[in-house]
Amino acid sequence: MRLEPRESTSVWLVLAAPILAIGAALMLSSGLVLWTGESITAAYGALLKGAFGSRFAVAETLTRATPLMLTGLAAAVAFRAKFWNIGAEGQLYCGALAATYFGTGLITLHPLLMIPLLFVVGALAGGAALALPVYLKSKLKVDEVVTTLLLNFIILLFVNYLLEGPWRDPMSMGWPQAAPIIDEGVLPRIMAKSRLHLGLIIAVISAVLIWLTMRFTVWGYEIRAVGNNATAATFAGISVNGTVLRVALISGGLAGFAGVTEVAGLKGYLTLDLSPGFGYAGIAVAMLANLHPLGVIVSAIFLAGIYVGADSMSRAVNIPNYIADVLVAASVLCVLVSLMLTQYRVKWR
Amino acid sequence: MIDLFEIFLTAGFWAATIRIACPLILGTIGELICERAGVLNLGIEGIMTVGAMSGWMWVYQGGDLWTGLVFAAFVGALFGLLHSLFTVYLGLSQHVSGIGITMLASSLSFFVFRMMLPSSTTPPKIVPFKPIHVPGLSDLPFFGEALFSHTPMTYLCFAIVPVVIYVLYRTPVGLAVRMAGESPMAIEAQGINVLTVRTGAVAAGSALMAVGGAYLTMSAFDAFYFGMINGRGWICVALVIFASWRPGKALLGALLFAGLDALQVRAQQVAGAFIPYQFFLMLPYVLSIAAMVIMARRARYPKALLVPFRRGERI
Repeated sequence: MRLEPRESTSVWLVLAAPILAIGAALMLSSGLVLWTGESITAAYGALLKGAFGSRFAVAETLTRATPLMLTGLAAAVAFRAKFWNIGAEGQLYCGALAATYFGTGLITLHPLLMIPLLFVVGALAGGAALALPVYLKSKLKVDEVVTTLLLNFIILLFVNYLLEGPWRDPMSMGWPQAAPIIDEGVLPRIMAKSRLHLGLIIAVISAVLIWLTMRFTVWGYEIRAVGNNATAATFAGISVNGTVLRVALISGGLAGFAGVTEVAGLKGYLTLDLSPGFGYAGIAVAMLANLHPLGVIVSAIFLAGIYVGADSMSRAVNIPNYIADVLVAASVLCVLVSLMLTQYRVKWR
Repeated sequence: MIDLFEIFLTAGFWAATIRIACPLILGTIGELICERAGVLNLGIEGIMTVGAMSGWMWVYQGGDLWTGLVFAAFVGALFGLLHSLFTVYLGLSQHVSGIGITMLASSLSFFVFRMMLPSSTTPPKIVPFKPIHVPGLSDLPFFGEALFSHTPMTYLCFAIVPVVIYVLYRTPVGLAVRMAGESPMAIEAQGINVLTVRTGAVAAGSALMAVGGAYLTMSAFDAFYFGMINGRGWICVALVIFASWRPGKALLGALLFAGLDALQVRAQQVAGAFIPYQFFLMLPYVLSIAAMVIMARRARYPKALLVPFRRGERI
């Protein structure tokens, strides 16, 4: 077997590849469904219905998609520059910590100022969480994969400490949760009788802005150049360390945004289960979108649909909802292969 | 400070160090074999999870402990083969494929566990490996408890290291593995298939990682919990860098790390009143980062690490 580079790739192939790959992932995962003894059509039907079958389901899916879009963008921007930021989970919590610090009574402003303030401090905190990995990478060549990963555990333990110690809300009946965000800072609902909040609009706007930046600005060009070939970029006079720092701040900032939307939009207060792995799922979102910022919008909604749908499926038919994670992982791997096949042709010889 | 010093004089501390080190030794050596062949394996966290689950489940279903270990190694090797299919044969990004493998292996472990044991509020238990009594040695005053009161699997973990050192540095197979990670063109010129060598190394390394995970459910504890690997795989990746890709140093690094972890648990009892316990729990992760920083300047990583090999293409 040999792989031969394709000379040209049609647009249709690039668009069809992820869809075919997700079809393949669904087929592979249906083996697990057969094992549970349920019928495949009933199971996937229940999943689809739970994700998009009603107004309530769609609202829930979009609510879940909001942080996934932001962490997906965080991964997409970083991976474009081959900066392997696997720490979106920790950066999300940093954003949530900052929003909690400033949003629970420290300052009171008009909502028009208060909400932007929370996002700014959240993004700064998320970016700051990457300061150490970026410094270690640029100065000492310490691999950022491991440092960002390990920081997730450190940050989560720090949040745990704050919530069980100094930040625990005395009104929380002993639960480890922080004081609620003041009314001025709470993101308004954008759909009646649902939990869907302003965060979704902010996430979509972020995606469009990131796309414009990556596509049409010098910064975006430099980021792509560093990702494609750092040596060539250096020769072209692009500062690799500067670009990586910029990428890290944007990436961490976006993950910080996700923390703000969850604290100020969905929950209203900081808890330890604020994020059921949104940071890690963001990597899957970015990969499914082939690191394209606008594709992230679609793939985040798709992934959110799988998670929300699997929850309601596991209630309807007797299948553990861990199948959602299997589906997501299988999709990531299948999409990875299919995107490679858009650039290479397999020769069986 | 006196209290802290006394900890070193207790046999329990040394016994705990050895127990904590075992999964790290196997994980680190496994990752080291993969990276020596030129393939970063970020699937380690998931492969350790799947090893912990499958070995445990084998015994829970009535299997024997030793065949359970073989089964865990087999399942780990399967995920290793999947990783090498993506990274070695298809040349995909080793970072992304590894993360994908971790996601797949852990979610499959959880799914299978839930399917086979649908509603268990208290985690079911198995009879794990029992400490063996070495006549004479186990009765020694201090060393008996510290060194000779362990399970056979513990000794196996330590015995694997010299075997790996011998194979890696003293046999043609080891030479091929190391060259696949340094200069794949050179062994291709010798008529050895780079892809086969890399695949074999990744499968073998993944099998070791899985056994490392199984140590937790079959020797250290007796049950499987969902968050039980808890970043140990990532710590192993850091330890490989700390060891600058040398198996002997990897063993020392894992022991040093385990010693500090055992110390941390005991220091909590001494200083827990003034310092919240979360800061003690952070220590392993902080230490891993510190270890990489210390060794980063001297790290001599395999030249062809992360570089896919395609026959006939120049690198």
